[in-house]
Amino acid sequence: MNSTVKTKLADIISNHQDSLLTEWIKEQQAQLGHQRGVLSENELKAQCTEFLQLIKTAILNEDQNIKASHWEALRNMLGDLSRSRAEKGFTPSETANFVFSFKKPLFTQVHKEFTTDANALIESIWSVSQLLDKLGLYTTEVSQTAREEVILRQQQDMLELSTPVVSLAEGILALPLIGTLDSARTQVVMESLLQSIVQTGSTFAIIDITGVPTVDTLVAQHLLKTVTAARLMGADCIISGIRPQIAQTIVHLGVELGNVITKATLASAFKIALEMQGMKITRVNPVTKI
Amino acid sequence: MDRIPILRMGDFLLVTIQVDMHDRLAMTLQEDLTNKISETEARGVLIDISSLEIVDSFIGRMVSNISAMSKVLDAVTVIVGMQPAVAITLVELGLSLPGVRTALDVERGMALLQGSQRNFAIDNEEIIDGSQHE
Repeated sequence: MNSTVKTKLADIISNHQDSLLTEWIKEQQAQLGHQRGVLSENELKAQCTEFLQLIKTAILNEDQNIKASHWEALRNMLGDLSRSRAEKGFTPSETANFVFSFKKPLFTQVHKEFTTDANALIESIWSVSQLLDKLGLYTTEVSQTAREEVILRQQQDMLELSTPVVSLAEGILALPLIGTLDSARTQVVMESLLQSIVQTGSTFAIIDITGVPTVDTLVAQHLLKTVTAARLMGADCIISGIRPQIAQTIVHLGVELGNVITKATLASAFKIALEMQGMKITRVNPVTKI
Repeated sequence: MDRIPILRMGDFLLVTIQVDMHDRLAMTLQEDLTNKISETEARGVLIDISSLEIVDSFIGRMVSNISAMSKVLDAVTVIVGMQPAVAITLVELGLSLPGVRTALDVERGMALLQGSQRNFAIDNEEIIDGSQHE
């Protein structure tokens, strides 16, 4: 876009800032719909004003590439906005609408200014439209990345949350596994189990797979690796919670569980672990509630 | 040249590896231990590897070999105090040390050795008893 158009556009934005702002906010509020309550009007107004201030200065520059350094302030502002909106649960298109909805009020204003010169009108509308498209896409990109970051963080949290090692009795640990076992998770499971064995000096570990939906050859191999590693450290492992379907799959697949003790329920695994340590559970007179 | 000391405790031999194993050291240990077992007619060997933090395939195989050799010389081998990282490495290397007994610490390892000796003694008595009956 040539410099006269640029100065003209900057002039339009600064001269009609107030009317543009009101129109723009009205436009956005119409489109926001159910998300309207999440965003207060003052907040929206502050964001729009900031955007107008920044675009006014940035538009005067030579470069139309929004990756360039003089667009940085505007880019940062849009980035923060997209990120905060993504956290509030806005969809990427709703976020992008922040920029796109600016087109209508701006175009109306530009149209008024260039009533006589059709060529200049088309040129300025085209360049402004191109610029706003770029900015809008940028917000989409940022909100996408923000969402991906959230997913990644949740995945990591889940990985840590889903592998607790609990102590059942003196010298007996239990490891209730929930969810699909892949290589990365097995690694975490194995490490936390072995670490707990060292810390508590336990001689038995019960691996409960009630919450594992499927056991294929790979999962079985992972389990066996964990059992072998625990055995090398001097702790015996019992695999419990094997559902009938899983027992069938294991046999159909021809998986050799070797001489690992397997039990149907965690309770029976606990019982055998107690017996092997010379302990047992007995019934005593129940404590009456006061 | 440094050596790993082999201590004698009654019928058992006690080997504590306190330094990082290198290949030459492992070879020497293998030689010393087999000599010592045949010399003392030891019934059991307890190898404490709680200070061993790094293993490679060679050391892993050495540990496995030493245990197998002790077994051939009729001494029960118990490996105690393996670090989690070492255990994971050995499993990943495919060295699951079959036939080697393991324990969490020296105390439990010793109990295991003594237990196996008692069983052995009972077995012997039964044999003697059996022969007397005939």
